[in-house]
Parts: sequence; C-alpha cells; structure tokens
Amino acid sequence: MINRRLLSACAASLWLAVAPARAASAGPPEMAQQLEALASDDSDAQRAAVNALAESGDRNFVAALEALRTENLYVWTAPDGARRLVITREKTTVDGQDAYVLSEAYAGTPLHDASGADVTAKSDTLQEVSVDRRLRAVVAVALERLKLVDPDPTVRRAAAKNLADKGDVSALPALAHAFDSERARAAHAALEESYNLLKLLAPGDEDKLAAVTRLEALHSTDAVPRMRELQKGAATPLQAAVARAVDSIQRWQKLTRVIYAVFSGLSLGSILMLMSLGLAITFGVMGVINMAHGELMMIGAYATFLTQNWFQAHLPASFFGAYFLVSIPVSFVAAGAAGYLLERSVIRFLYGRPLETLLATWGVSLILIQAARFYFGDLTAVTTASWLSGGIEVMAGVQLPYNRLFIIGFTLVCVAGVYVLLLRTSVGLRIRAVTQNRAMSAAIGIPTNKVDAWTFALGSGLAGMAGCALTLIGNVEPDLGQNYIVDAFIVVVTGGVGKLAGTVAAALGIGWMNTLLELVTDSAVMGKVLILALVMLFLQRRPSGLFPPTGRQVEY
Amino acid sequence: MERAVSPAQLLALGRHQTNRRRSAEAAGFVAVAAVLLVVLPLLNVVGRPIPGEAVDAAWYWLSDVQLNLLGRYLSYALLALGIDLIWGYTGILSLCQALFFCLGGYCMGMYLSLQTGAEGVYESTLPDFMVWNRVTELPLFWQPFHSFWFTMVAVVTVPALFALVFGFLTFRSRVRGVYFAVLTQALAYSMWLLFNRNSMNLGGTNGLTNFKKIVPTFFGSATTFRLAEPAVQRGLFIITSVCLLGAFLLCRWLTGSRLGRVLTAIRDNENRVRFSGYNPADFKVFVFVVAAALAGVAGALYVPQTGIITPGKMSVAASIDMVIWVAVGGRGTLIGAALGALIVNAMYSYFTTHFAAYWPYALGLLFVAVVMLIPAGLVGLPAQIRGSLARRQRRNDEP
Repeated sequence: MINRRLLSACAASLWLAVAPARAASAGPPEMAQQLEALASDDSDAQRAAVNALAESGDRNFVAALEALRTENLYVWTAPDGARRLVITREKTTVDGQDAYVLSEAYAGTPLHDASGADVTAKSDTLQEVSVDRRLRAVVAVALERLKLVDPDPTVRRAAAKNLADKGDVSALPALAHAFDSERARAAHAALEESYNLLKLLAPGDEDKLAAVTRLEALHSTDAVPRMRELQKGAATPLQAAVARAVDSIQRWQKLTRVIYAVFSGLSLGSILMLMSLGLAITFGVMGVINMAHGELMMIGAYATFLTQNWFQAHLPASFFGAYFLVSIPVSFVAAGAAGYLLERSVIRFLYGRPLETLLATWGVSLILIQAARFYFGDLTAVTTASWLSGGIEVMAGVQLPYNRLFIIGFTLVCVAGVYVLLLRTSVGLRIRAVTQNRAMSAAIGIPTNKVDAWTFALGSGLAGMAGCALTLIGNVEPDLGQNYIVDAFIVVVTGGVGKLAGTVAAALGIGWMNTLLELVTDSAVMGKVLILALVMLFLQRRPSGLFPPTGRQVEY
Repeated sequence: MERAVSPAQLLALGRHQTNRRRSAEAAGFVAVAAVLLVVLPLLNVVGRPIPGEAVDAAWYWLSDVQLNLLGRYLSYALLALGIDLIWGYTGILSLCQALFFCLGGYCMGMYLSLQTGAEGVYESTLPDFMVWNRVTELPLFWQPFHSFWFTMVAVVTVPALFALVFGFLTFRSRVRGVYFAVLTQALAYSMWLLFNRNSMNLGGTNGLTNFKKIVPTFFGSATTFRLAEPAVQRGLFIITSVCLLGAFLLCRWLTGSRLGRVLTAIRDNENRVRFSGYNPADFKVFVFVVAAALAGVAGALYVPQTGIITPGKMSVAASIDMVIWVAVGGRGTLIGAALGALIVNAMYSYFTTHFAAYWPYALGLLFVAVVMLIPAGLVGLPAQIRGSLARRQRRNDEP
C-alpha cells in the first residue's frame, strides 16, 4: 500500500517535471490549431473550433471548454511577448495589482515557471475570450459530448441524458459510438435510451420507427411524452408503432409502481418493526407506557451523530465509512444506559400503574427534547456512509436503495436476536418468569428488581438502535421520536400486547397497508388517517390485538 | 362505662356534619361566584385609564389583557372539569380531550369567520384562507354556521356526537385502560393530520382567525357585539364564568348521584360492577360524551377570547398537557381540576414571558413530580401530609 503511494508520488513529481515541455506541444498539432481558434474574433470560427474539439473525443479539451463557458479562458501576453491561451484560477495580488494564477488551456494543468512556482499574470496582460449566447449553447453540447468518454459511468449517463434533453441531433453519432463501446451494463441501457430518445428527432421515418421499437423494449418512461409529440401528424405505420409502444411502456410503469409499493411497504414495515420492538418489550412485556420511547430513539440518533463527528475529527478519512457500523452498538449502549437510569429513578416506583407511567415518562420526554434542542440546536444531519448510498437496479426503472435494504436486513437481525434472547436463553427465561408471575419468581430467587431494570434497558437499547437506523433516512432532530411514537404504540396494540410475533405481523401489515392506501388515495396524510381508522375498526373485532394473550391472567 | 350511642343519634350526628359541610361548601361557592361575576369585572371597569385626559390606571385596575387571560384560563378550567369526570372519577384516561375542545372551537371559529364577512383582508364574503386557496364557493358544511343559534347547538352536539360514536365503538368492545389511552391518542393524531390539510377547508395549519364580531339574534332582532371592545370581552369573561360555575354544579350533582357512585365503582373495579349487573360500557359512553360536551363548550368560549384556533391546539401533546392540569390540582375532586387548570396555565404564562426556554423543563418536572410525589394533587396535599405524619407518629408509638 505504502509502496504504491510512494510510487505514485514519484510518478507525479516526474510528470510535473516534464509538464512544461508537454504543454508547449498541447496535444496533436492540428488540435492545437483548433484550440487556438477558440480565441478567434469570428464567432463562426469559434463555433467550428468547439465542434472540432468535441469531435476529437479527447477529454483534455474539457478544461478549456469549461473555462470558456465560465469565462475563465484568456489570451495571455507573456513577459517574453508570446501570446498563449490560458485558464485563470484563483485571484491574487502582485505589486498591488489584480493578478491570476494560470493553467494551461490544454488539459488544464497548472503552469509552472522554471523554478517550479505557479505562474501568475497581472490582469492587464490578460485578454478575455468573448462568448456569445449561441456559442455558449454549442459549448454546452460539446462538453456533454466529451463527457461521454468520461471514466465514471454515472458521468457518462448524465451526459447522455443531457444530450437527449438538449435535442441536438448532431450529437447522434457521438452517442451511438458511446453506447457501442459502453461496458458497464446499467450505463449501457441508459446510454442506449438517450441515443434512441434523440433518434426520435432524426429526420427519417425509418430511424424514428427503429427508435420507437428500441425504446419500447427499454421500457423508457422519458420516451412517453416525446412519442406523444411524435404521434401528431406522423405517417400511419409510425403512429401505430408509437401507440403500441406507449401502451406497453405504461403497462410497465404500472408494474414498477406496484413493485415499488411492495418494497416501500416492506421498508416502512421494517422501520415500524424496529421502533416497536423495544416498545413491545417495555410496554408489552413490562406493562409500562413509555412515552419517552421516542426520545430514547432520539438519543440513539444523536449517539450516531456524535460517533460520526468523532470519526471525522480523530480518524483518517479512509475509516469514515466504518463509523456507521460502530455507531450501532454505541447507540444501543447510550439509549440503554438512559433507559436504565429512567427505570431506576422513575419507573420502578410506578409498576402496576400504567397510566401514571404514561404521564411521568411524558414529562421525561419533554425534558429530554428540550435538552437536546438546547445542546444540539434544531437540525443536524448524518452523512450516509458511502457504502450505503446508491442502490441496486433490479430491473429497468426499479432501483432499490441500499439504505432501505440495510434497514430491512438490520431489522431481521434485531428481531431474530430478541427472539433468541427472550425464548432461548436463561436471561429470557427470567424476564418471562418475572412478567408472568412476579411474586412466584421472587420466591424462587430471581432478583426481580434487577431483571426489571435490565429488561427496560434492553427495550431502550433497541429504541436507540432504531434511532440509529432512522438517521439513514432522515434528519436528526430533537423531536425525531415524537413523529413515530403514536405509530409505534399502534403497532404494539394491534399486534397484541406482549406478543413478539404480533408486533412483527402488525408492523408489516400496517407498513404495507399504509403504502397501499397512500398509492390509492394519492396522499400520505389520507393514507395515515385511513390506516388509523382501520386499526380502530380492527380492534373492534379483536380488542386484544392479532395475538391475544391466552391463559388466566387476562384480566388485570 | 360510656353509654352506647344509639343509631338514631349517629344518623343525626352524620346529618349534622353533612349539613355543616354542605353549608360551608355553599358559602365557598357563593364567594367564588361573587368574585368571578362581580368583583373581577368591576375591577376592570373601575380605575380604567382615560387616554385623552391623562388619567392613569388605578393600582387596583385589572387590565383588559389580564382579564382576557383569566377568561381563557376559566375556559380551560371548564374543560378540566370534564377530564376530571372521566379520568378522576371513572378512571378512563382519554388523550383526545383537546380534540373535543377544538371541535367546539372550530364550530365557533367558523361562525365568527362568516360574521367577519366582507371586513376581511380581501373584502370577500368568504373567509380569507379560502381566497388564498382559490375556493370560490362556500363549502356546504360551512353554510349552517351563518346562524348563531345553530352554532350554539353545534358547539355542544358536534363533540358530543363524535364522542358518542367513538365511545360506543370502543367501550362496547371492552377496549379499556392503556388500550383506550393509545386509541384516543391515535384518534387525536389522525384528526390533527386531517385538520392540517388545506383540502379540509378549515384553514389548514393556520387555522381560523381574523374574527371581528358576534351577532346573536334574540327574538328576530340582531345585536352586534364587536370583539375588539373591552366591554364585549368583559361580557365573554362573565359568560365563561357562568358556564364554569354551571358546569361545576352539574358535575357536582352528577358525581354525588347514584350514577356518580357507579362511575367511581367502575374506576375501582370494573369487573365487579359488571358482575353486579350493570353494563359499564353505557356509563362510560355517557361520561365520555359529557366530558366531550364540556370540552366543546370550553373551546367555543376560548376562541372569541383568543381570536384564533389552529390544529396545533388539538395535537397529542396538547391533550396530555390537559391531563396534567387535573393531576396537579387533584384528580377526583372537582375543585382540584379547576384549580389545577388555573395554576398550570398561570405558570405557563409566567414562564413563557420571563424565561421561555425553561418552560419544557418546568412542565416535564411537574409531570414527574406530581405523579411521583403528590398523587392526590394539591387539593389532596394537606391530607397526604397529615397521613404521613400520622404514620410516623404510629411508628414512633409502636415500640
């Protein structure tokens, strides 16, 4: 690793040494001529030069074109009287006069003098290359064409899309070449789509027909409005083809929408599950209405935020991606500790009086929110680790974001963990024993006080991890938990208090129903209102939830 | 040896005690009524500064702002009586009382908005927010609120009907305790979401505001009362006081009756009540409806005194805050509920004017402290202290 870095440093210094020599040649000689022509007074000559540069497919011209667009391209009269094309960089002052640090027009490499220092030029030795509006448009297209050969596939895709949007048919050959030589699969489809979108504007009907057929096969959403445009006043065979294509694309869109709804329902359901899991323990198992549950989530979210800041401040940037993995246990411990304190200081005096715990923990939540607002301010956000941004494209037009997938997986792990802990370990056995018959458990020697405290800490820690996961999809705010607390309670109540399986089923059901209703009513608020109405009606039929407790201790 | 007290004597003694307590209570009630209905309004009239003639306010003058603030607190106290009925006496924690308050408030707000008429910013007969939202025609459900008397009826019946339907559905299926609290919370939350939407045609997040006048009709002749006038605000204060005193008497009668005893029995052991042949659901629905109606009246009295009603007033947080008023004063005592509402709101006003950032801390501590330290509230505090002193005495005596 170190060796390679050393090597590249050596290479860089070597390259710097030869740079001035190369700069003098500025690429192939005929291209150097075209580059010089950019500074021409004649705007037609300028335009021809821009097109020629774009035609060359040499990315070293991007710098000059970009500079032309941003008006940083100048003709510099050097002290020795030679005139050359340069790009100005940052502004400085030399002898009390405005001056600029210069770069080579070709490839945009910094200019150095013999001693290796930056070359600066006073502003009176610089003459700006003029650009009019028409030229600017040509430059924009040329830039996109050059970006088609960028090493980064996302840049290539964006460039292709921009070209298609600009509707300049002259870019067609360049696009065709680009998608022919494209190797990345996802980028290939995007480039082909852009190529065919542009081809819709080509003069010949045959070209249009071919484009329509390809676009249909690519399920291109962007193509629908353009095809509709094309349909007006087109020849009959083309019209029929367009109608068929539009039809098929719209069917595809419906299908993708349904797939999205299923996925986002799963995603929402898993978030609900993660939030309710802790609540299912504190409320379901222990009978405590913890209104501060949302604030324990908030503590988890802020623990994630602080972990991120610590990583930024104390560790090299290459470790930054790992912060999120570290923040998961950190947020668990932070929220768990807060929950432990809460249990020891307030809740343990209120067992058996659930409505009182509601009021007391509400008070605690008010204090925690205000304290967070006081300490952190109103809005902070966590930067998503790079390995969690982006997503996988499972089919054309359906991209599943990594952060949502991560939350789903994380939820699965948490549910499995809680299940194993409660039902397969001796700790879980004690917890269940204490909740089912406190007096008997105490009589056989289980330290019920301790079990209460640790159970509550466990539920709180789960809330903290939920808060940590929530930083992936939203801001970190003091009242982060308030937005979710009602939903979480509804999930636990619907599932049946004290039943883990009920919580899981209710979270998934409510998640899916919610996205479905949102899809149908076309409004997030109405979806939520309807889901609450449905839950109320459901509780009419099953007042104790999906999985009612069985046995003799139903009445309390 | 002492002579045994005969049952007849005991009864007479009891009657005597009860009579003494009753007359003391009656005296107290009359005193409070006199203060609310006569003394405070008079203090607002006498000693009033006269701007043109350089007459300063007398030291004892109760300013318009203070009287108005007090009037709003009294409407909160009215609502607190309802919460006490359902929570303190019947043991049902309802977390949507703020919703009923707002239903009454919105009814009144709709009436007042319509009365503003062409005096609004846009000089349209439609309320201002409808002009912003490009609503060209008054929605159908707004139409009846042109009428003063319809509004007066709606203020009570809308929340009551709402409570009747919701209460019937939930209590019939024996949803209770924690479940009921969570469900009412969800109800408040979903209604809050709905009222925030512009498409509800109730002003969205901004709510209803810009009220100018009340125009009640008596026997066919309409009289205009302008809300900006101090005399009208004084009148509203007196009306609020009358309503509060009336509601107090109503609750007093309810809780003292046989029905009241059933309510308390439900609180203490619902199963036994059922096994004794009563249907607790009927009583619960009844008390829920009464509490909702009281909240609706309170909201209707609150709105003209405040000049605005927004969905923020019906949030989940608002409902929970209302419960703590009753807890502070003392649940299960009517006087405690009313007092608690006054005290907590006075605290709120004090904190928000002097150190606003600390109010959430103070309120949060109040929640924790009341629940953990004084479960019987301020009214029950003397008894609690006496009790703990007696216990200590006994412990000292024992060894």
